[in-house]
Amino acid sequence: MRLVLIGLVTGFVSALFGVGGGIVVVPLLVVLCGYLPHPATATSLAAIGLTALAGTITYAVHGEVDPALAALVGLPAAAGATVGIALQQRLQGRTLSYGFALFLVVVAISLLV
Amino acid sequence: MSATTLAAAIALGLVAGVVAGMFGVGGGILFVPTLVLLGLDQLEAEATSLAAILPTVLAGTWRQQAYGNVRWRPALVIGAVSVLGVQAGALIAVSLPEVTLRRLFAALILLVAVQLAWRARSG
Repeated sequence: MRLVLIGLVTGFVSALFGVGGGIVVVPLLVVLCGYLPHPATATSLAAIGLTALAGTITYAVHGEVDPALAALVGLPAAAGATVGIALQQRLQGRTLSYGFALFLVVVAISLLV
Repeated sequence: MSATTLAAAIALGLVAGVVAGMFGVGGGILFVPTLVLLGLDQLEAEATSLAAILPTVLAGTWRQQAYGNVRWRPALVIGAVSVLGVQAGALIAVSLPEVTLRRLFAALILLVAVQLAWRARSG
């Protein structure tokens, strides 16, 4: 039942915002189901595969997906993520996280003005 | 598509992937602003972001599976049910004005920024 609830919320957030939904799934698995962070992240990734696929198909039907740009951004990103995960083990710093948080605030403001 | 757009897309995708991997956030939160920067409107950017997420998610799941971290049954239940949520979310997204959708997205990344800062403080 909890998983059903998580699934519904994830799909909604994912399609509304064009994100995978990990920001929703990971905390919910930890809080509602008592998962540890690692299995929560891994399980979230597997679930999001289906969510993003459903979202892609739904929007493709509406003609909103640009497949060329998706590949141009998505394929280098997949390679980059591997590098990022490796870097994460070495560069765990509070300053870095605050820096990224600040960067996101700047992105948000630039979208608003 | 111009050569500049092509190069920018690849470079921004690479950077977004590195950052996403480093901070454990999904690529989407970075793909959407990237795609807006490349000239898509908010809805197109969100739709295209979902497609761009797929390779990263596939690669990530494959790696995590090797570590034995994936719990498949719950993942499949969440994933299957999420299809219903996707229909609702997409229905709302296509009916909202561009500006509203962009503002909502901005609010979402502000929330993620707060969550990151909070995690850094308590971690």
